[in-house]
Amino acid sequence: MMSTATEPVLELIGIGKSFVGVTALQDARLRLWPGEVHALMGQNGAGKSTLIKVLTGVHPADSGTMRLAGREIRPESPQAAQALGIATVYQEVNLCPNLSVAENILAGRMPRRWGWIDWRAVRRLALASLEPLQIELDPDRTLGEYPVAVQQMVAIARAVSQDARLLILDEPTSSLDEAETERLFTVMRRLKARGVAILFVTHFLEQAYAMADRITVMRNGRVVGEHPSAELSRLQLVSLMVGRTLAAADLAGAHAPTAQPRALMQARGLGRRGSLQPLDLAINSGEVLGLAGLLGSGRTEAARLLFGADRADSGEIRLDDAPLRLHSPRDALNAGIAFCPEERKTEGIVAELSVRENIVLALQARRGVFRHLGAREQRELAERYIAALGIKTADAETPIGQLSGGNQQKAIIARWLATQPRLLILDEPTRGIDVAAKQEIMERVLALCSEGLAIVFISAELEEVLHTSHRIVVLRDRRKVDELPAQTLDEAGLLRIIAGHDTVGAATEERAT
Amino acid sequence: MKLTKSAQFWPALVLVLLLVANGVLNPQFFALTWRDGHLYGALIDILNRAAPLMTVALGMTVVIATRGIDISVGAVVAIAAAVAASLIGGKLVIVDGQQVHAPSVAMPLALLAALAAAALCGLFNGVLVASVGIQPIIATLILMVAGRGIAQLITGGQIITIYHPPFFFIGAGHLLGLPFALWLVAALLALMAWLKHRTALGLFIQASGGNPVAARLSGINARGLLIAVYAFCGLTAGIAGLMISSNVKSADGNNAGQLLELDAILAVTLGGTSLLGGRFSLRGSVLGALIIQTLTTSIYSLGVPPEVNLVVKAVVVFAVCLVQSPELRGWLTKRRAAS
Repeated sequence: MMSTATEPVLELIGIGKSFVGVTALQDARLRLWPGEVHALMGQNGAGKSTLIKVLTGVHPADSGTMRLAGREIRPESPQAAQALGIATVYQEVNLCPNLSVAENILAGRMPRRWGWIDWRAVRRLALASLEPLQIELDPDRTLGEYPVAVQQMVAIARAVSQDARLLILDEPTSSLDEAETERLFTVMRRLKARGVAILFVTHFLEQAYAMADRITVMRNGRVVGEHPSAELSRLQLVSLMVGRTLAAADLAGAHAPTAQPRALMQARGLGRRGSLQPLDLAINSGEVLGLAGLLGSGRTEAARLLFGADRADSGEIRLDDAPLRLHSPRDALNAGIAFCPEERKTEGIVAELSVRENIVLALQARRGVFRHLGAREQRELAERYIAALGIKTADAETPIGQLSGGNQQKAIIARWLATQPRLLILDEPTRGIDVAAKQEIMERVLALCSEGLAIVFISAELEEVLHTSHRIVVLRDRRKVDELPAQTLDEAGLLRIIAGHDTVGAATEERAT
Repeated sequence: MKLTKSAQFWPALVLVLLLVANGVLNPQFFALTWRDGHLYGALIDILNRAAPLMTVALGMTVVIATRGIDISVGAVVAIAAAVAASLIGGKLVIVDGQQVHAPSVAMPLALLAALAAAALCGLFNGVLVASVGIQPIIATLILMVAGRGIAQLITGGQIITIYHPPFFFIGAGHLLGLPFALWLVAALLALMAWLKHRTALGLFIQASGGNPVAARLSGINARGLLIAVYAFCGLTAGIAGLMISSNVKSADGNNAGQLLELDAILAVTLGGTSLLGGRFSLRGSVLGALIIQTLTTSIYSLGVPPEVNLVVKAVVVFAVCLVQSPELRGWLTKRRAAS
C-alpha cells in the first residue's frame, strides 16, 4: 500500500501544453509515491497521452514544473527521460520481434569485451532482468515467437532493468485476454513490492480498481480529481470522466420514435474472440439504437461486426428474417448497411481525392465497375449532398483532405446516404467537430430516422446518446450489460449503468483479485 | 500558374527541352520525309523505339497506383516473346524449289497464346500480392527471377529466329504511314483512358491506392481489383514482348526486355505518378517513356560513347526527380522568400 515516504517520486505541477492553437493540457498535476500503482483515467482526448508525452520528453511542456524525487527535471527526449529513471511501455509493444529476447532487453547497451559483444554476458544480464519479474523465458529465442502478452513483459523487463524508479504503462491490457492480464498484474505487484511507482493508464474500470491505490482523472486537458481508489465510487469516477455530476439537472431529451419501428435486423450471440463477448441486438427501422459505454467497452467492435468490417466468430445475423452472412464490408453494402467509421482520417476519407469522388465512392462500389456514374451524375450527386448537409468546400473538386474535420465527416455521411441505406451505423460521428456542426449532424440523423432509416448511434457523450437515441444498449468491458428505452433514462441513470452498480462491481472485483 | 501546377507540366517541359537541344545539335532532327508511303524521321524513330516501353509503362502505372510495383515485367516480356516465337518459329520447307516458311501454329493462335501466358504471369503476381499477402516487390521478384528461366526453357536455351513475315508487321510494319506499334500504343492508351474515365476502375484504383482501409470500408473489392491490375500489367508486358520479338525477328529468353522493368518504373515516376499510390496519370507515363527514349536516342546520335550513356541518363533522371520534389520546391520558395 501507500508508502510512508515523505517525498513523492514524481510531482508534476501546473503543466500546460498547447499545439498550434489547441490547448492540450492546462494546469495538469500528478503525484506518485514510491511503491504505488496510480491509475490515470479519462476519455479519449482527455490529455492522458499528452501528459505522458510531456513527462517522457516527447513534447516539451509550455509551462509548469516536474520534480523527480524532489529534483526538478526537464527531459528533452525519451532517452533523457529514460536516463532519469522514467521507463515507459507503450500500448503497442515497441520492440523488435525479429531479434532475440536478450537482444531486445539489452538493445543499445550490449556488454562488450575487447570491442566485441560479449554474448555470455548478454545472456546473463537478460536472465537477471527477467528474474525479479519471475518470468521464465529463453533469452535466445526470437521475441516474435512469444505471444503479445509475453512481449509486453519483456518490454517491462527492459524498462525496469534500467533502474527505473517510475514505470509508465500506457494501456498495457488493451490487447490482452483475461489470463494474460492477470499475469501482467502479477508482474506489476512484484514491481510495486520493490518500490517502483507505476503509472497505469487504462480505460477498464475493473482493472483500475483491481490494481490502483489512487486514481487521477483527466478531462479536457485538466486534472479533475485525485482520489484514493477505495474512496472513489465507480459512479463518481465515471461522472468525473464524462464531466457530469448527478446533481446537474437532467436534460430531458429522450423521446419516442415518431413512427412505429419495424423489425429490420437481429443479431444473436454475435461476438469475436478478444474483442466482443457474444451479445444480442435488435435493430428496427425508424429507430435510433444508441450504443453507450466507455472507450474500449466494445461499442466500436460491435459496430464493426454488424458491418462485416471484422468477421464475427460466433452468432448469427438475420435481416428481414433471412440469414445474412457478412464476410466483408461489400456484403454489408449490398445488404443496405452503411458504416461511418470512428477514425475519419485513416478509415474514412481518401485525402487526395476530391469531395465528389469521396461522396460517390460507396454508391459506385455497389453499382460495380461498369455501371459507371457519368461525370454529370457524379457532379449533381455531390452538389446535392454538399448543399443538403451544408458541407463547406470551395467546390466539389477540392481534395477532401483540405476540408475541416466536420466537413470531412459530413462528406463521409453523404457517401453513405448516397447509397440509400436501410441501416446507418454512425461511430462517433461528432468527434472532433465544432458544436454547430454537431447539432446539424444530429438533427439530420433524426430526420432520416423519421423517414424510416434504422440507425445505430455510437458516441462517448452521454448527453448526445440520450438525446438522439430511442433505445440504448449499454456495454461495459466488452459485454452488453443492459438494454432499455431512452425515455426511462436520465444521465444519472445511464452513468450508473455504465459505471456498473457498485454491488455488482464489487463482485467482479473480487473475482479479478 | 495553372499550367505549372499540372502534374504533367514538368515532364512535358523536360521532353520539349530535350527535343529542342536535339534540334539545335542536329538540324535534321525535326525533318520528316515521306517515302514508300511511310513517314520517316528521327521523331518517328524515337516514337517507334519507345513503343514497348510506353506499353509496359502504362501497365506499370496502374500497378503503382495501387501502392504496388511489378518488377517482373522484363521477364514476362521474354516469356511472351518465347511463346510466340516457339509457336510461330516453325520450319523452312521447300515449295516449288523455293524456301518457304511454314508456321507450326497459325499466327493468331500463337499471338493469343503469348498474350495469355503473359496475362497468366500477371495473374500469378496478383494472387501472390492480393490473396497470399506478399509484399509486391518480393512477390514479383519471384517471377522476375523464375521468368527468365521459364523463357529459356521454352526456347530451349537458344535464340529462336522467326521466319514468318506476317509476324514482323507488329513491330516493324506500317499502317497509314505510321509504325504499327504506335497504333497499338495509341489503342492501349485509348482503352485505358476509357476504363479510367468511363468506368469506375479509375476511381476504385485511386481510392484503394490512396487509402486501402477506407476503400475496403466503402465496399470496394480490393482483392479482385488488385488481381485484375497485376494481370493487366502482365498483359501489357506480353504486348511489349510481341513488339520486341517481332522487331528483332527473334526471341532471346535471356536478354529480351532486360531491365525494362526499371525503365518502366522510371517512366511512371517521371510522369508524376507517386510510388505511394493514389492518383495516377496515363499521359504522364507516356511522356516519361518518351523522355527516356529521347535521351537514349540523342545520346547515341551525338556520338557519345555508349559507356557514358547510362551516366547521362541517370543525371537527367535525377534532375527531373529533383524538379518534381515538393520538398526541394518548398525549400527553394523559402529561400526566395528569405532573400
